[in-house]
Amino acid sequence: MQTINGQNNPILCVNGLKKGYNQMEVLKGISFTVEEGDLVSIIGPSGCGKSTLLRCLNCLEILDEGEMEVAGVRISRRHSEPIPRNFSQLAHNLRQKVGMVFQQFNLFPHMTIRENVAIAPRVVLKLPEEEVQERARELLRKVGLEDRMEYYPSQLSGGQQQRAAIARALAMKPRLMLYDEPTSSLDPELVEEVLQVMRNLDAEGMTQIIVTHEMKFARDASDYIIFMDEGQIVEISDEDEIFLNPKDERTRKFLNRWIKE
Amino acid sequence: MRTFLSIIPWFCFPLLYLTCLWDAVWAEDRGNGKEENPPILRWAAATDSNVPFAFYNEKNELIGFEVDLIKAIAAEMGRKPIFVPNDWDGLIPGLGRGLYDLVICGIEITPEKEQEVAFSDPYYVTFEQYVNKKGSENIQSLEDLSGKTVGTLTQTAALAMLQRTPGVKVKIYTQEINAYKDVANGRIDGVLLDFPIAKYFAYPNPLLQFSGPQFGQLLYGIAMRKEDKALQQEVNAALRKVIQSGKIRDILSYWGLWTPTIAAAFGLPEEPSVPATGYDEFLTKYAEKPTFLDWIERYVNYGPLILQGTLVTLHVSILGMILAILLGFTLALIRVYGPEPLKWLVTLYVEIIRGTPLLVQLLFLFYGLPNIGIKLSPLLAGIIGLGLNYAAYEAENYRAGLLAIPRGQMEAAQALGMSQLQALYYVIIPQSFRLVLPPVTNDFISLLKDSSLVSMVTLLDLTGVYNRIATQTFDYFGTGIVIAVIYLLIGLPFVRLARSTEEKLAGAKKGQNKNFVLIPVATMGYLFNKRK
Ligand SMILES: Nc1ncnc2c1ncn2[C@@H]1O[C@H](COP(=O)(O)OP(=O)(O)OP(=O)(O)O)[C@@H](O)[C@H]1O
Ligand SMILES: [Mg+2]
Repeated sequence: MQTINGQNNPILCVNGLKKGYNQMEVLKGISFTVEEGDLVSIIGPSGCGKSTLLRCLNCLEILDEGEMEVAGVRISRRHSEPIPRNFSQLAHNLRQKVGMVFQQFNLFPHMTIRENVAIAPRVVLKLPEEEVQERARELLRKVGLEDRMEYYPSQLSGGQQQRAAIARALAMKPRLMLYDEPTSSLDPELVEEVLQVMRNLDAEGMTQIIVTHEMKFARDASDYIIFMDEGQIVEISDEDEIFLNPKDERTRKFLNRWIKE
Repeated sequence: MRTFLSIIPWFCFPLLYLTCLWDAVWAEDRGNGKEENPPILRWAAATDSNVPFAFYNEKNELIGFEVDLIKAIAAEMGRKPIFVPNDWDGLIPGLGRGLYDLVICGIEITPEKEQEVAFSDPYYVTFEQYVNKKGSENIQSLEDLSGKTVGTLTQTAALAMLQRTPGVKVKIYTQEINAYKDVANGRIDGVLLDFPIAKYFAYPNPLLQFSGPQFGQLLYGIAMRKEDKALQQEVNAALRKVIQSGKIRDILSYWGLWTPTIAAAFGLPEEPSVPATGYDEFLTKYAEKPTFLDWIERYVNYGPLILQGTLVTLHVSILGMILAILLGFTLALIRVYGPEPLKWLVTLYVEIIRGTPLLVQLLFLFYGLPNIGIKLSPLLAGIIGLGLNYAAYEAENYRAGLLAIPRGQMEAAQALGMSQLQALYYVIIPQSFRLVLPPVTNDFISLLKDSSLVSMVTLLDLTGVYNRIATQTFDYFGTGIVIAVIYLLIGLPFVRLARSTEEKLAGAKKGQNKNFVLIPVATMGYLFNKRK
């Protein structure tokens, strides 16, 4: 298992995680650790398995083999073992602690964004309605949407929608946030407002894992960067080091065009 | 959308309650007569196109020679007669199903029919009468009809005779009046039908003539279940008294049906005992050309009947649709999210229902299920039949609606910690509801029209009322227009609702976020809708 900073407060440990679809192996043994409060960027060429990895971490997919412990929930599976019978229970427990933000936002279009944020605390956490509304207001204020609370997603810009989606994920008070290319479907001028939200969260000490193509953001904001290729982690490096002095040939190739910029 | 879900019970309960109430009344009404005082005699006849046997006059009273006769018989039996209407084709099945005790409807006693039911002694003896256009040749035998086109009614002795005669082209009618009309205007050469019918519809018509001898001998008998031996004896004893007392002569004379043949058969004097008032009144009414005012007045008089039919149609349609929506919705959820074997069963159900005619399903529910001990009231059979049928179509609508919601919605909901059920309830279903609203509303309009089939399980809905009024007034045209207008008026609010929801969806589309696909779904809904 690769550890980076040698600290002792891991919130996420993955060891030998494999995942395939049909006969094709997509993740070929992934191992890494994330410490509480870290901001980790995952980069790599298209199709290398970044989304699949995040989906496994959030139990939207079940790993084929390996073990992972996320926010205190442990899931492990040996080679060709059947799906653990308590998997859906474990997945449920895990998702209470882990928030996820999607490239396509996936806001619920039939609800106002206040309702989008309020729904999970209300029906999953079963908090009293006052507290639910208070939390929704507070979170929307935090992402700068306090004056848009009664808008429907379709009435908002992409950047606003993605910030609302982040607020929605935060409503479960997660210990870990996963982002799958949160800015990839945004117009360039809207990217910054979303990244700023993530920087603020980092400043508050939130643990975040971000799959991204925003190399500048990855370099500036991350504690470290994971480079993946063909279903494997090629390199885990300090954010500057990977850009200035990539250890692996594949990393160098991938980053070439960014380095030139 | 949660409010939408929560109004369903408000719709359901009063209506279900009404159904129960209705069925309770129905059940009581058809309870075993033996314990009541006086005991009840439940009798059935088809009243459409059944002059002079049993028919409704313009005051909506049931009259006819068989009506008078059964009243006389019931009086001798010390029973209270209660009339149960049914279609001609449903009379014998309804008897077997226990809807009534006996059928008196000009049924000829034949060896084939005696296999199915027990008959009383004959209460009328008659023959087949050939009628052709005034001035055409007088036939001598049935063989003379070779090469000619001859009309008659379904399931009659006349039809059997014609089919046995070589070279005759038989044309089968459901309305005797239309058969005679076609003779008068030269479409067919003649009509062969029971003498009483010819006497009422052809004899008074100056364009027609009786032609040839009496063909065959027809014995009318009262039909009962074969196992009701005691009832058969009771009816026969009462019938004998009605004959011996001469009461039958009075009845038949009143209706102008006392003939030498019948006098000889019963050993009574040949001349009628009373004037043929019933016959004369019918002829006067029949010959009258109603003015426009008469016409209006007639429909005002029929108002309560039409209203009743409208309520039955609405009741069956609305409850049928609610059943279809709830069941169809469940089926769709199973089909999209359910476990494998259940999915398979649901698919089978949908295919079976969509592959068989609604009418067959209704008849099966009403007349078939009693064979395995399930007796549904006509109303319940109508509601369940329509509901089960449309559930299959609704299931397809909802399935399309559920599949149209992007997968990311379910994933986002689950990532928030919702269970699959919660995700369905709060996220997926409300969205798909909005998508399927237009096709579902359109389906309600087709269901409203298909509900006309429940008249086949003895319900007097709007279509039943149409038949009833038209056969009393011989006015299929005017009545048809009135009934059609009512169907249109009932459907109108739903047509408007469908249109406005469509427009709303189309309008909402402009502002929707990119992955919220509406047009394909709306189109899909319509394609599904077109399949009928
Ligand atoms: N549900 C699935 N069924 C079959 N194959 C899949 C499925 N999801 C992903 N894959 C395959 O797994 C591989 C990795 O996909 P993944 O989406 O994880 O890549 P990615 O690194 O996120 O790429 P991108 O940068 O383009 O988003 C791809 O080859 C893809 O075709
Ligand atoms: Mg991806």
